[in-house]
Amino acid sequence: MAEDPGAPMRPNMPRLSLHVPEPRFRPGDTVDFAEVEIPAAGAARRPDTGAAPRDFAELAYTMVRVLDEQGQAVGPWNPRLAPDTLRRMLRDMVRLRAFDERMFRAQRQGKTSFYMKALGEEAVAIAAAHALDAEDMCFPSYRQQGLLIARGCPLVDMMNQIYSNTGDKLGGKQLPIMYSEKRFGFFSISGNLTTQYPQAVGWAMASAAKGDSRIAAVWCGEGSTAEGDFHSACTFAAVYRAPVVMNIVNNQWAISSFSGFAGAESTTFAARGIGYGIASLRVDGNDALAVYAATQWAAERARTNAGPTLIEHFTYRAEGHSTSDDPSQYRSAGEPTAWPLGDPIRRLKDHLIAISEWDEDRHAAQDRELAEEVKAAQKEAEKNGILGHGLHQPLDSLFDGVFEEMPWHLREQRAQMLAEEEASGRPWARK
Amino acid sequence: MSDTMTDTTTRMNMIQAINSALDVMMARDADVVVMGEDVGYFGGVFRATAGLQAKYGKTRVFDTPITETGIMGVAIGMGAYGLRPVPEIQFADYIYPALDQLVSEAARLRYRSAGEFTAPITIRSPYGGGIFGGQTHSQSPEGIFTHVSGMKTVIPSTPYDAKGLLIAAIEDNDPVLFLEPKRIYNGPFNGHWDRPAENWSKHPGGDVPTGHYRVDLGTAAVVRAGEALTILAYGTMVHVCAKVVEEEGVDAEIIDLRTLVPLDIATIEASVRKTGRCMIVHEATRTSGFGAELSALVQERCFYHLEAPIERVTGFDTPYPHSLEWAYFPGPVRIGQALKKIMKDV
Repeated sequence: MAEDPGAPMRPNMPRLSLHVPEPRFRPGDTVDFAEVEIPAAGAARRPDTGAAPRDFAELAYTMVRVLDEQGQAVGPWNPRLAPDTLRRMLRDMVRLRAFDERMFRAQRQGKTSFYMKALGEEAVAIAAAHALDAEDMCFPSYRQQGLLIARGCPLVDMMNQIYSNTGDKLGGKQLPIMYSEKRFGFFSISGNLTTQYPQAVGWAMASAAKGDSRIAAVWCGEGSTAEGDFHSACTFAAVYRAPVVMNIVNNQWAISSFSGFAGAESTTFAARGIGYGIASLRVDGNDALAVYAATQWAAERARTNAGPTLIEHFTYRAEGHSTSDDPSQYRSAGEPTAWPLGDPIRRLKDHLIAISEWDEDRHAAQDRELAEEVKAAQKEAEKNGILGHGLHQPLDSLFDGVFEEMPWHLREQRAQMLAEEEASGRPWARK
Repeated sequence: MSDTMTDTTTRMNMIQAINSALDVMMARDADVVVMGEDVGYFGGVFRATAGLQAKYGKTRVFDTPITETGIMGVAIGMGAYGLRPVPEIQFADYIYPALDQLVSEAARLRYRSAGEFTAPITIRSPYGGGIFGGQTHSQSPEGIFTHVSGMKTVIPSTPYDAKGLLIAAIEDNDPVLFLEPKRIYNGPFNGHWDRPAENWSKHPGGDVPTGHYRVDLGTAAVVRAGEALTILAYGTMVHVCAKVVEEEGVDAEIIDLRTLVPLDIATIEASVRKTGRCMIVHEATRTSGFGAELSALVQERCFYHLEAPIERVTGFDTPYPHSLEWAYFPGPVRIGQALKKIMKDV
């Protein structure tokens, strides 16, 4: 019922107004992120891993940061990693960026239908993977391909999936980048947002119920925290003190919607955890050392039966949402470069250089080396075929795996499909 | 059917049979866990899980927060770990918040991961009307789930079948929706709501082995052999149909489907080819209900044997009413009239 725009019903009350959030900058606007509050590195308190959830209120509104402006690691959250570990993390981040770059281009060349980059968010997945044990189970969203790279998944295998080719162990059934890698503790990615959140909590509950020592970790974007599954997962995690690390990657954008549409104008995403009784941290997501330290802290908390942790990784999605997205339609082109927390790779590189464990020449050489590695992997993967170059899977595999055993109605439909192929006269019918 | 009778048989109602199935499976397999709203200490609002927490402990039988999507998501995660969860949704009317987890996740997990991950979960949920449950304690949502590839849907009609089917469902490595007709938890309701209620003690289906046995999924049961027509039914309606057939004196063959997906098409086909007539009866609303699928299958496979149009007797296409329950429910009058119609040219 549309109301008549006449006088208010109660003349002594103001007319109500609906607030619809609007991002600060739109296409063409000059970007100034001065209003983004960036606490100093080293300033955030580091509580005991057994601390009560209510002791985290202020940590959920500040930011755990380790790397300062001079590239030094400072404060109580400094994980004091060996230079070799730092170099391995840097190497994985560079490898991920090279992989993304190559696969994005492969999509533009028509070799696959779809791709999603993690540009600017490399630290979130890579540093977390380095802080977790290889046996811990990860429930990623679609932008944590860094977990696979850090855990040593062969790039060729990932590319095979992206190309839906003969080497794709998912048999061409899944959209590119929806990996499933049980051997690397990487749960099957679903297109439905945040469904993995309660699933991770359930996995962690099962591990606890069985007296196991493995923990679970889960990721979603800030936009997806608006899903009901986020709420139910937090409730379950808190109620059963599940050994789970719950990550929110706040990259400021959910496709074209800025984080205000998930509630960011009024709160932080870490602060949501406090209300559930979950220890909550907010970290500089472009600071690999902060991500590592927070993850390691949360993992220890989980492993010692002290309960779940929610971590908001404050970062920025430097690219479009996917190959199907054009960010210039809804945000200022100046945003990625103006982002006050910088580039996670550059910051870790600067730190290694500042502590005399790296130099620009080695970095440039590594860039070239990893670009070559990715290129070689791509060449290898393309031997198994690319999307659009004929059929890569046996036709009747379409019906495999709906159930453990194929019921009569699927057997009938399979026979029908094979008969259709026979009738079509196409050469790849029964390959 | 691979029913393996064990030595001891006792009288059980359907609640006791379900409780016994859970007990048997929890004793046999340490990975079976029971979870849901009020299922733990209290033993369930229908008592189906009574005594289990005391026997198996809180980490295997536990109460959950009131969030169906959470229950389902957590169960799927537990299944991915390697457990065999049996989550309960308190009423089938409340399964909708879990729809995304069921349809997008449980049903597709094996397919999308090429078998790397599976969802060996059994979702128990009381369903159906006839108890003055009104709009949200009476629904029959089976047709929503039979439409989902990757899920099995099972509905028992006797304590014996309930136990054997539930054990088979728990042992199955795919997600199974196990809908329990709550109207017949305590006795085989025959549709005469105005007459004294019967209990399971006089019904042969109330004889239940105390140990382990299976009623295989995908197998229907001919509960009454006959020549005049075939009646396809499941759940409460099996008993209502049996009574109407007896009262009308029609030599009907009544098939209790027991599993809707995968369906026992061979038993259906053989029966309709023999009788030449087919009536489909369910409580659920008519349009796009599971009866439409049954009707289409019979028409496609038995067309030249049919001597009359296939009849569907169902709930009306309205939300389930409270005070007008017996006008809505497909009871003896509606089924009787359909019987006369389908048999009129004999």
